[in-house]
Amino acid sequence: MRDRYDTVVIGGGPAGLSAAIKAKEHGLSVLLLENRDLLGGIPLQCVHPGFGLHYFKEDLTGTEFIYRFIEKFEKLGIESYTNAHLVEIELVSDIEKRLKVITPRGVLSLQTTSLIYTTGARERHIFEIGITGNRPPGVFTAGEAQTMMDIYGIMPGKEIVIVGSGDVGLIMARRFALEGADVKAVIEIMPFPGGLTRNVVQCLHDFDIPLYLSHAVTRVEGTKRVEKIIVCEVDENLRIKEGTEKEISCDTVVVAAGLVPYIKILEKIGVLTDPATKGPIINELLETSIPGTFVAGNALVINDLVDYVVEQGEKSADGAREFVERGGIPTKRWKRMVKGRNIRLLVPHYLSGEEDVMIYARVLKPEENVKVRFLEIEKEIKLPFVKPAEMLRLKLRKEDIAKAKDKITMEVVQA
Amino acid sequence: MSEIKRHKITCIVCPLGCEIEVKTEGDKILEIKGYKCPRGKEYAIQEITAPKRIVMSVVNVKGSYFPTVSVKTNKPVLKKLIPQIMKELSQVELEAPIPIGKVVLKNVAGSGADIVTTRPAPRSR
Ligand code: SF4
Repeated sequence: MRDRYDTVVIGGGPAGLSAAIKAKEHGLSVLLLENRDLLGGIPLQCVHPGFGLHYFKEDLTGTEFIYRFIEKFEKLGIESYTNAHLVEIELVSDIEKRLKVITPRGVLSLQTTSLIYTTGARERHIFEIGITGNRPPGVFTAGEAQTMMDIYGIMPGKEIVIVGSGDVGLIMARRFALEGADVKAVIEIMPFPGGLTRNVVQCLHDFDIPLYLSHAVTRVEGTKRVEKIIVCEVDENLRIKEGTEKEISCDTVVVAAGLVPYIKILEKIGVLTDPATKGPIINELLETSIPGTFVAGNALVINDLVDYVVEQGEKSADGAREFVERGGIPTKRWKRMVKGRNIRLLVPHYLSGEEDVMIYARVLKPEENVKVRFLEIEKEIKLPFVKPAEMLRLKLRKEDIAKAKDKITMEVVQA
Repeated sequence: MSEIKRHKITCIVCPLGCEIEVKTEGDKILEIKGYKCPRGKEYAIQEITAPKRIVMSVVNVKGSYFPTVSVKTNKPVLKKLIPQIMKELSQVELEAPIPIGKVVLKNVAGSGADIVTTRPAPRSR
């Protein structure tokens, strides 16, 4: 093993593996660091189908999807360390970075020109969503419960309430029901489900699992083990309605309350972040505010399809190649992307107009019969509907981007 | 005369999610409305007459790094067979090493589908 690379990839999930593969194919020297003891990341525990429809045009399980990348990664002979924890990034020049990495074989000091950060997301936990009461055993995040059931073969409980109706919550409801648990309810604070319609139908309706919309869990009760939860209705401002309390008895609470990009070490070196995505602010090459440091996958923005994660991984490798080959990304006239009506978040934040760019965005509220407008460049796309659960993925062509002077506003309006 | 039933189906063929209403009398479909395209109609008929799903789970495996290996049916199976399939799966115990894509149960619960592994289970180090 050497001690200097063109690019070091942090994280061995779908974004990291696809980034490392692409970077290697570009002819860069690549090292991948993974903090768990296996490559693959979260899809290793996703035993359900629905992966790869865009990328492979096949319906695969998460496990099947990720093994295609693991196999390719291994075939290319890309160097990697597992059980490797990046603890420090030192910027030694405008171009070079030094990494301090703790591994079972000791502390490594590595130098790299570019860095691709693909550390994924962390789960929001019960303390973040205002659930009070006791903290007895039997409260898990969805990821913890999934690891227990689908990796270690242990059921986390018998009578389960799931908090949050995003795709993760819905898919876990189905897995518990399939394995014979009594899934008492899925509780959702918003007036609409957080996940895809397909998942509401195939995960809840199939197993007659009730979905409580506009409801919040206010309290967990129990001493030796969870005994029940208290739920209340909420109004349109998500405030609890007095007198609507009811209890649901259960022995397990599974919190599927969403994900937050996990970029602790990038934040330590002062990467600028976007309060809407909670990930870094990036340009069209997925480069953060620290030159030569790229980000992809859920560390960039919470995606709903792994296919998009892989697409971002590959894009970040293109960015790394440009940075390495040119000794830095040349200064460009960046045009700012601005959020307009009914846009909650969007990436990338800065475009140059020198290349076509994939825009990933999410709306605030569901609407039907709309058009997505990019003001300043007079581009419009009609859509039958938009939903917060379904990320918008739209390509802006370089000729269009070039028309803008200094900003492009994206908005959703009635058609 | 058997009784007339109304079924509400949310189409999942495309993300539009049309609400389709199907009126049936016994085995006969009397009326289908609410779909916006022929694929939706076909889906609704399938859902009423013989709904099918992919089934996934994990089964125990001895001598591997993880104590389980993930599996699925290699094609959609009749929804009503799911409990029987899960029962048969709970009795399976495999021994490492197992490659990904290996058939571990043929024609599970008479469904016409096989159970295949969706993760490899290498022998533990
Ligand atoms: S009926 Fe057609 S348009 Fe409507 S959801 Fe189904 S496939 Fe889509």
